[in-house]
Amino acid sequence: MALLEVDRLEVSYGDVQVLFDLSLRVEEGEVVSIIGGNGAGKSTLLRAISGLLRPRRGEIRFDGRPIQALPPERIVAEGLVHVPEGRRLFGLMSVEDNLRTGAYNPRAAAHEEETLERVFGLFPRLKERTAQMAMTLSGGEQQMLAIGRGLMARPRLLMLDEPSLGLAPIVIRSIFDTVRQVAAQGTTVLLVEQDVKHSLELSHRGYVLEHGRVVLEGPAAELLGNPHIRTAYLGI
Amino acid sequence: MIYLLEDAINGILMGSIYGLAALGLTLIFGVLKVINFAHGSLLMVGMYAAYWAVLLTGAHPYLALVIVLPLMFAFGYLLQAVVIQPIFKAEREVREPITVIIVTTGVWYILDNLGLLVFGPQYRNIQDNPLRGKMIEAGEMLISVPKLWGFCAALVTAALVWLFLQKTRMGRAVRATSLDRDAASLQGINPYRIYNIAFGLGTAVAGVAGVALVPFYNVFPTVGVLFDIKCFIIVVLGGLGSIGGALLGGMIIGVIESVGPQFMTATWTEAIVYGLFLGFLFLRPSGLFGVKYDW
Repeated sequence: MALLEVDRLEVSYGDVQVLFDLSLRVEEGEVVSIIGGNGAGKSTLLRAISGLLRPRRGEIRFDGRPIQALPPERIVAEGLVHVPEGRRLFGLMSVEDNLRTGAYNPRAAAHEEETLERVFGLFPRLKERTAQMAMTLSGGEQQMLAIGRGLMARPRLLMLDEPSLGLAPIVIRSIFDTVRQVAAQGTTVLLVEQDVKHSLELSHRGYVLEHGRVVLEGPAAELLGNPHIRTAYLGI
Repeated sequence: MIYLLEDAINGILMGSIYGLAALGLTLIFGVLKVINFAHGSLLMVGMYAAYWAVLLTGAHPYLALVIVLPLMFAFGYLLQAVVIQPIFKAEREVREPITVIIVTTGVWYILDNLGLLVFGPQYRNIQDNPLRGKMIEAGEMLISVPKLWGFCAALVTAALVWLFLQKTRMGRAVRATSLDRDAASLQGINPYRIYNIAFGLGTAVAGVAGVALVPFYNVFPTVGVLFDIKCFIIVVLGGLGSIGGALLGGMIIGVIESVGPQFMTATWTEAIVYGLFLGFLFLRPSGLFGVKYDW
């Protein structure tokens, strides 16, 4: 049984349907990428999985249990954690307060101090800036904080929405290195990215989304060699 | 000159009680992003609660807090959970749903008229309480004792609310929700529960203001209206959502109201207050301590 199963999902904003008959699965311990251009429905998919949007049809199962009717806070408590697009930090709160807020769910709260040390181990830069307001951090640091806040919830599955957005290439590399480290420590990762090359390189499998539908799926190495992906997404 | 100082001091004291009343409003606004038009009515309920608690037990007015605080918290919590929350849920996609404002206006009318129905239109006050009419003589100045108590209550309440927001786990969740509702729910916070708590807290603070007012102020069903508009002005002056801003804004209004009549007809002070209000809206809409980023 897969850790996360999305089964024939349909999502609409009012009359506009965004996701069509979308199915995917993520196995425990995997890193899976969802790639696609702007407006392909990647963020909508994550928002539906994390409970911010109600799907019109279809089922989402986490650890075998349907979650599509649960509110976001319940889904987080199950261990399915979403680091949203654009980071969505609490800008007027300190770095430490942002991190501790991540451990609000009861499962994570019991281990708050221990997880905090682990996150600081992963991001020593954040430890130097605990008292600083989140909005004053650089873009790369903000992304680190967003991921760190997500890790504070002790995810079994971490969903990252475009962690490379708006960052310099060297910072992007360090963010992807961190994702690799998080996965190596046993967290399952679902990564949504426009940076197709980097994200597929660290993934086991990938799905390609176009106009709200899965048009391609397969092992990451195969997708990297696929002619359609090479021309449409990698420009080679 | 000495009268001027006396007026200024008493203005600051009275103003801090206005600030206390506005603190509840700013707290609710800060989290729900919705102006609570029923706030004056909540203050009225708090005043009646304090009035009856003192009258029936014969205790010191401030001892009434033991009853008034939990009662008002529960009242606000339930009011938000039962009456207002369904509207928020229906308008999930809207950050500042206007319909909620209309609902709070309805709550205002209902509460004021319920007050009239239950307690009658007469002005009530507690004649024999240990604070009533007491003055401290400081040199040639007379300082009102009940207002001094109110001033202390305002400072202590503001400090406690600040500590709650800054230092507790729940307070952190309240701040997170006020900054970004969706992001907060992605951290495992149930925003609707936070709304209930914020509304309960704001109502409890209105209860403290009620307790502070009852020793020297008349209680009647529409007393809230007198404070409603003042609270809105104070909150805009101080900056929406700012605790210190509410206190300072209240004190500014208090000083204008008490020093102004030395130089002009008392009714003109109202014009000054509204002028100041308009000036702030034009020149510094985020108020003294409001943060632009947030809104």
